[in-house]
Amino acid sequence: MSVLDSTTTILASGVRLTVPLAFAACGEYLAERAGAMNISVEAMMLSAAFTSVATAGATGSATVGLVAGVMTGLVVGFVHGNLSHRAQINTFVVGLVLNALVLGLTSYLITTEQFASHQVGVLSIPLLEDIPLIGKPLFSVRWPAYLLILLIPLTWWLVERSRWGLELRAVGENPQAADVTGIKVNVRRRQALLWCGALAGLGGAYLAVGEVGSFNQNMTAGRGYIVIAAVIFGAWRLGRTMLGCLVFGLSDAMRLALPALGVTLNAQLLVAAPYLLALLAMLLFTTQHREPAALGRPFERGSA
Amino acid sequence: MSALALTDPDDLGRRILARLRPGRRDWMTAGLTAVLISAAGGVSALLLTLTGASPSASLNAIWTGSLANATGWTTTLLNTAPLLLVAVGACVCASAGTFNIGQEGQVLIGGLAGAWVGLRLAMPGPMLVVVVLSAAAVGGAAWAALSALMLRFRGVNVPVSTLLMTFLAIQLVTFAVSTPWVLQESVQGAGDIADAQSNALPANAQLASFGQYPSLQLNTGLFLALVATVAVALLLSRSRWGFKVRMVGLNPRTAKHAGVRVAALGGLTLALSGAFAGLAGGLLLASPVSTNRLQAGLSDNVGWDGLLVALVARNRPLAAIPVSFVFAVLRAGGDFLSATGVPSYLVDIVKALLVLAFVAPPVLVDLFQGRRGATPQAAPAVSVVPTKTGAAA
Repeated sequence: MSVLDSTTTILASGVRLTVPLAFAACGEYLAERAGAMNISVEAMMLSAAFTSVATAGATGSATVGLVAGVMTGLVVGFVHGNLSHRAQINTFVVGLVLNALVLGLTSYLITTEQFASHQVGVLSIPLLEDIPLIGKPLFSVRWPAYLLILLIPLTWWLVERSRWGLELRAVGENPQAADVTGIKVNVRRRQALLWCGALAGLGGAYLAVGEVGSFNQNMTAGRGYIVIAAVIFGAWRLGRTMLGCLVFGLSDAMRLALPALGVTLNAQLLVAAPYLLALLAMLLFTTQHREPAALGRPFERGSA
Repeated sequence: MSALALTDPDDLGRRILARLRPGRRDWMTAGLTAVLISAAGGVSALLLTLTGASPSASLNAIWTGSLANATGWTTTLLNTAPLLLVAVGACVCASAGTFNIGQEGQVLIGGLAGAWVGLRLAMPGPMLVVVVLSAAAVGGAAWAALSALMLRFRGVNVPVSTLLMTFLAIQLVTFAVSTPWVLQESVQGAGDIADAQSNALPANAQLASFGQYPSLQLNTGLFLALVATVAVALLLSRSRWGFKVRMVGLNPRTAKHAGVRVAALGGLTLALSGAFAGLAGGLLLASPVSTNRLQAGLSDNVGWDGLLVALVARNRPLAAIPVSFVFAVLRAGGDFLSATGVPSYLVDIVKALLVLAFVAPPVLVDLFQGRRGATPQAAPAVSVVPTKTGAAA
């Protein structure tokens, strides 16, 4: 295998591993800009992965499975939003409990049920896929991946240009002031979590009915936490967050590919890289006011 | 307790009476908790039935594996101690309003530090156990202190940093046990070991078990955990230090005005909770739970479960004793359950639902009554140091 071929292989696998992260990171980015520190991305992705495979098995259509995954993400986002931003239970507690619950539930259900394998199709774009090096990795992928081309600009527009996004950012930066101007803070946060749930669900479903075709116990394996790391690494800017996803996807691909190529690089270091980079990014950025000022703080009327 | 109580019997009497006369709010909370626990049980039973297993047989299996005989009791009590330690640590730092969610990693680092010292120092007799446990506590404290330092000097969000550090800890331990010159087991000519682990610690690094009644063994670790719990409960409720901690947790700004060094105290409680988690890791290493070796799976979710115990106990150390026992029953019973063919993941579902059933009612009651912010859970301070922008101030 030539160097070019193996580079293409690593790139292709890197892109495949990046796509689910990118979907979920779009959602998490929007939620965090609204000040909702959402730890339950892992639960959203994992539950969506499960239901997408289950639905695809029942209906025989991977596309229906994908839709079911998005719906499941929405449900988890709804539950998380209501517990954290209506009942005001500590959002980290809610996230941890949801993660534990979904992990247990999916692990339990998959031991009792087997689903036939279904995968969404690969869509190759003629001509573009023949470009050397990046052609195959970028233009010959499972079709939902192309949704990113739509969803990344849409998320950016929602946050940076729409009125709703302006209110979201106000809610994330200064909920008290937003409240005074008549914005319903906790309603906006719940809406943001729904967007996050839908996209994280899409990411999880992409992983299951897109790349793998089946559900394995704990198949997201901490990807939800890597998504959180990517948003931090991206300093709460969408472009850099996406770049972070790509870096983490590629480092994951390297971890899988390097032993086969006879290169020894410390596997643990590559697994730990996203978390390490996120911590370093936090050390660098938090004093520069990059994070939404009200991130992770519950809002209640009348509290200082 | 008794000596303290005797100092002011009237006051104590009044307080006990006040507790015996629950208000309308307490009744609602209790009722709602009962309803939610039944619902959790109902959901679990439904899941079992849906998948063709028998709820009564499963309950029976959990009972057999945990409390029905001396072996079960031994396993349950062995599981109780580390859970309790983690939970007590979580209580301490939650009282100060700092939310540590990295116990799983701190447990592992504690185990790593303990194994490192235990395998490298040759010491006579029970000295080694003490040294191993101390090293474990110091290791866990140091790991948590990193998060405290990041908060102090760079304003990094504690829950997020402790969470991310957990994943670093897992990789660090995996690295240690799969690298020959660090802590990997030295086997002559065996090549790769499937489950990487360290060498076994010498026998005198084991905590003593005593008692054979007829086969019930009590591990010293349990007593260590119980003593630590009572000590922490007393410190928090009766000492001046505990008062300061609680003041910081309830209102950091008032505490600051009263002259409490808020940041230092918050950091200290975070390190303290890390120390307890690390000690739990040392306990796992030095009790028959592990094979006396360090493995990446040493923590086996004890950190996460201990955190859940603290949540269910609503951050009260003494309440954590029965709760950690219940969780230990579920752990021990869950292992036995999986032997009967029902996947033990069911126990994880039960645990998560239990937490919701205990965490939700007080806030829901507040929500129904339209008056919020009265309970500590409803007004958590996420970090001790307010962010510089001062938006919330």
